Amino acid sequence: MSNTENLIKELVEKHGKCRNSLMAVLQGVVAKEKYLSEDAMKKVAEHMDVSAADVYGTASFYTFLDTVPRGRNVIRVCQTISCDMAGKDEIIEALEATLKIKVGETTHDGNFSLLVANCMGWCHMGPVMLINDDVYTELTPQKAMEALEKYVVSTNN
Amino acid sequence: MSTKKVDIIFDAGCAVYDVLDKGLAMPKDDVINEIINSGLKGRGGAGFPTGLKWKFAAAEQADKKYIICNADEGEPGTFKDREILTKVPQKVFVGMALCSHATGAEEGYIYLRGEYNYMLKELQEKIDIFNNQLQQRGVNFTIKIKSGSGAYVCGEETALMESMEGKRGEPRNKPPFPTVAGYNAKPTIINNVETFVYTTMIVRMGANDFKSLGTADSSGSKVFSVSGDTPNAGIFELELGMKLNDFVDEWGDGDTKAVQVGGASGHCVPRKNFGETVIGFEGIPTGGSMMIFNSSRSMYNVLKNYLEFFVEESCGQCTPCRVGCQQLLKGIELIKKGDRKPSYLDDLKKLAESMKISAKCGLGQSVANPFISIIDNFKEEIIY
Repeated sequence: MSNTENLIKELVEKHGKCRNSLMAVLQGVVAKEKYLSEDAMKKVAEHMDVSAADVYGTASFYTFLDTVPRGRNVIRVCQTISCDMAGKDEIIEALEATLKIKVGETTHDGNFSLLVANCMGWCHMGPVMLINDDVYTELTPQKAMEALEKYVVSTNN
Repeated sequence: MSTKKVDIIFDAGCAVYDVLDKGLAMPKDDVINEIINSGLKGRGGAGFPTGLKWKFAAAEQADKKYIICNADEGEPGTFKDREILTKVPQKVFVGMALCSHATGAEEGYIYLRGEYNYMLKELQEKIDIFNNQLQQRGVNFTIKIKSGSGAYVCGEETALMESMEGKRGEPRNKPPFPTVAGYNAKPTIINNVETFVYTTMIVRMGANDFKSLGTADSSGSKVFSVSGDTPNAGIFELELGMKLNDFVDEWGDGDTKAVQVGGASGHCVPRKNFGETVIGFEGIPTGGSMMIFNSSRSMYNVLKNYLEFFVEESCGQCTPCRVGCQQLLKGIELIKKGDRKPSYLDDLKKLAESMKISAKCGLGQSVANPFISIIDNFKEEIIY
């Protein structure tokens, strides 16, 4: 049994084999693997006894349930109005220049994906980004670079 | 007159377990009547009378009922629920427990948006303590967390329930309303985070004290999330019924040209209307988002940002919203480029008006709010 399948089995056991647990199971897979591969979705369907189409239907609806490969660390910069007014473009440009990727892409070493997202609820402290679940507020290009460093170190260890 | 700051929600002097015990000792009808008498309306934005919601759910006969706390705070410009869940989560739990006492629901859920995953661990620990306290009191009610995954539309109550059931977050037709058939098709009371805190505080202070604040239509106070061009951004609890003028006097930067009241789905009020605009259910109701724009801002960019937001967040289920949002965005871009005549704006306004009456849920219906209020007041900025 593959690692993914083991993970899915564990998640289904933990959350229960019923449709109401589907989000939690999918979230659990994304937390570990960063995205839902076709294989993972088929295995979820099998272990939860729902159709693969239903699994894909649910997964593809939600921004945070990615169905395309993502890096080990996912950066999401808020693009909504307050963060826009506070200078999110500057942050995105700095991240693109440093990581040498465009929004929507993943670095060659697979360490970072750079994405934009809608309002994250920190409008008084923009610009804001998430790296995985961690929040970084009142960003300057400098602060954004410093935030990245933490994730570079953790993968080198 | 000026704005009146209030300290109810974040009042640190409140002994939450005393309020819980006080509420649990009251007959359930008394709890419901207290909330009805207070005039409390939902603080998420829609403004349905909370006490009535509880009363309807209490009257339902069912083998199971649910309580949901809507913490899918996604409206641009709103961040109060995050602050409440961080600073005074116990008050939210007590509100849910009192609701359980009043309605007979035995299972409670907090639907927390995925963007707030960072607080999951701490919130879960606090919930465990609270559940334990309930158990010690012999109360048959437990709270659990369910997480969202980054979909604005799941703040719509029926979409949220679909999501909790492991499905795409597509809003349902209403009726049936959640108090009749909600989560798992059982009677469900769903309230906003802030609303639950107010129910706790109304049981503590009494309906009359709460009603002494605000106006006849908008009793009590409200937590406002202030952002944009202001020297004093943040969270403020204010008495409802204030004039927008008074708000801008205090939070504006001296150069305020417009305030977007109620987030992307709310209304844009231009400077000339500040004096006559009341913030409350008799004027412009709001989930608490106050975004301030000064004269350096292009209202075209503001509107475009909102429309891009709606294009992305529309669930795509109903045609008016799915196609309408895209066409409104495309339309203003074409006018800006000069590929359409300015009079095309009138056609776009008609489209927005028809979305208001034909879209299935609040998302599609409310796109007309920012669209028409910005077009009507800042037409020249959209065209040139």
